[in-house]
Amino acid sequence: MHTNPASPLLQLDGVKIAYGGIQAVKGISLELYKGEMVCLIGANGAGKTTTLNAISGTLGLAGGSIMYDGDDIGTLPTHKRLRKGIALVPEGRGIFTRLTVEENLRMGAYIRNDAAAIDADLERVYTMLPRVKERLAQVAGTLSGGEQQMVAIGRALLSRPKLLLLDEPSMGLAPLVVEKIFEVVQTVKNEGVTILLVEQNANLALEFAQRGYVMESGQLTITGSGRELLADPKVRAAYLGE
Amino acid sequence: METLLQQIVNGLVVGSVYALVALGYTMVYGILGLINFAHGEVVMVGALTALQTLLFLMGVAPDMAPLLKLAIAVLVAVPVCMILGFLMERLAYRRLRGAPRLAPLITAIGMSFLLQTLAMIIWGRNYHTFPQLISTDPLQPIDGVFITPVQIAIVIISALMMAGLILLVTKTRLGRAMRATAENHRVASLMGVDTNAIIALTFVIGAGLAAVAGVMFASNYGIAHYAMGFMPGLKAFTAAVLGGIGNLGGAMLGGIVLGLVEAVGAGYIETMTFGFLNSSYQDIFAFVILGIVLIFRPTGLLGERVSDRA
Ligand SMILES: Nc1ncnc2c1ncn2[C@@H]1O[C@H](COP(=O)(O)OP(=O)(O)O)[C@@H](O)[C@H]1O
Ligand SMILES: [Mg+2]
Repeated sequence: MHTNPASPLLQLDGVKIAYGGIQAVKGISLELYKGEMVCLIGANGAGKTTTLNAISGTLGLAGGSIMYDGDDIGTLPTHKRLRKGIALVPEGRGIFTRLTVEENLRMGAYIRNDAAAIDADLERVYTMLPRVKERLAQVAGTLSGGEQQMVAIGRALLSRPKLLLLDEPSMGLAPLVVEKIFEVVQTVKNEGVTILLVEQNANLALEFAQRGYVMESGQLTITGSGRELLADPKVRAAYLGE
Repeated sequence: METLLQQIVNGLVVGSVYALVALGYTMVYGILGLINFAHGEVVMVGALTALQTLLFLMGVAPDMAPLLKLAIAVLVAVPVCMILGFLMERLAYRRLRGAPRLAPLITAIGMSFLLQTLAMIIWGRNYHTFPQLISTDPLQPIDGVFITPVQIAIVIISALMMAGLILLVTKTRLGRAMRATAENHRVASLMGVDTNAIIALTFVIGAGLAAVAGVMFASNYGIAHYAMGFMPGLKAFTAAVLGGIGNLGGAMLGGIVLGLVEAVGAGYIETMTFGFLNSSYQDIFAFVILGIVLIFRPTGLLGERVSDRA
């Protein structure tokens, strides 16, 4: 591998992303090191989802570069980025509503052909998500929002990612469910997966993450450790409702 | 009674061929939201390629067993049509992804004219006799009800191909990826699916089915010509809409139902219209049905809802 401990797993440098002629992300630079959990917070419309989509490849770049594991992946198609270990749990979950729960999870393992290991990983996902196990044969569209989010995360894990991108996993869910989801995220993190977490729930995100970036109108304005950001008066005023 | 039974037999035969063609329409619609009006022409190319192959074989190997000749003709026609389907997607439709809906629709109609014209240049305007290598001597399993060996072969082969397709789509990893792509291209690509390849494959499979259907039509009627794909294409499209476009089971059901309605209707149209219309007007039924479905149940027999993707 090209990586040494000092070089980041993911590095965005001057990344610009546009919809038509309108720039939604205006030249951002950020990096993630192996094993880190970093969060990206910011108001609605700041450009967080746009950024994650560009990292996973469903949006192209209007400028700048994305380096991953030593390679420039800026023009690589989405399905090849997944093969390199970048998995996204998209905003709104992206469940295949007409596929069964099990089929959704197996789609996560699409790129793998180690049947026995896939089955073992499925079992692990079931233990993390016990309520999902009873519903494997059900069409996924019938699940509740929380269950769908669990399936979406489990599905992403089945590709055995090195870098997991999570886009507002707590959106629209009850506090108890959110807690469960963050437990799972913590477990994944402890296993060494690098995580970039986008959250509107800044309090929660900053508690879990080691570092954070604040995004405003397509730019990164403040960065620091989770604790620093939690203590920053500007962050408190803007994102923690004080 | 015998008449009705006879019409049902005829309907099942034609209906299974409609079903094969309807599957191509519905699969492409399911994955792209596109009605590939040129799909009927693939049926024609399949039939004429098979004809060309048969003529060649009869020239170089006149003693070859007829069934073997036919099998070889199919084995040539299917890949030729698959390549045609692949090229249509690759050269035309792919460039129009994300374009307003009208653009691919007009392209599809243009493609249909283009293929017909090319076929006319290659094979001329005449009707060609298609060698009937499977016997068309009618058997009489029930008194007064006739079915020919070629018709029996059509029904059995269609059923096998449809069963195979259902197994592929519902039971395999590839089929799962096809269904996932049909539901959401973007998320499917996030799962590592090369969605362009899946879309191309969908065209290729549909074209393969259409090629076989073309050989069936030609074998059943003993005729092939450059415009022979148009009417079956339109009928199969009707069948796909009738069953619920985008739905595989719907295309099969729609094909069979349309075949039955047409055949039974043809048997009674003279009585129903007091002799005003005779059975050569049987094509009316398909389009009356299309109208009724579009007015009263636009989602078709098995369709849940119209695709929400443009
Ligand atoms: N598909 C799109 N077409 C045009 N503009 C978009 C599209 N998606 C997002 N935007 C715009 O880009 C900006 C950033 O959006 P987004 O990345 O979704 O923000 P966030 O995820 O931080 O809420 C917003 O101004 C939004 O209106
Ligand atoms: Mg967002």
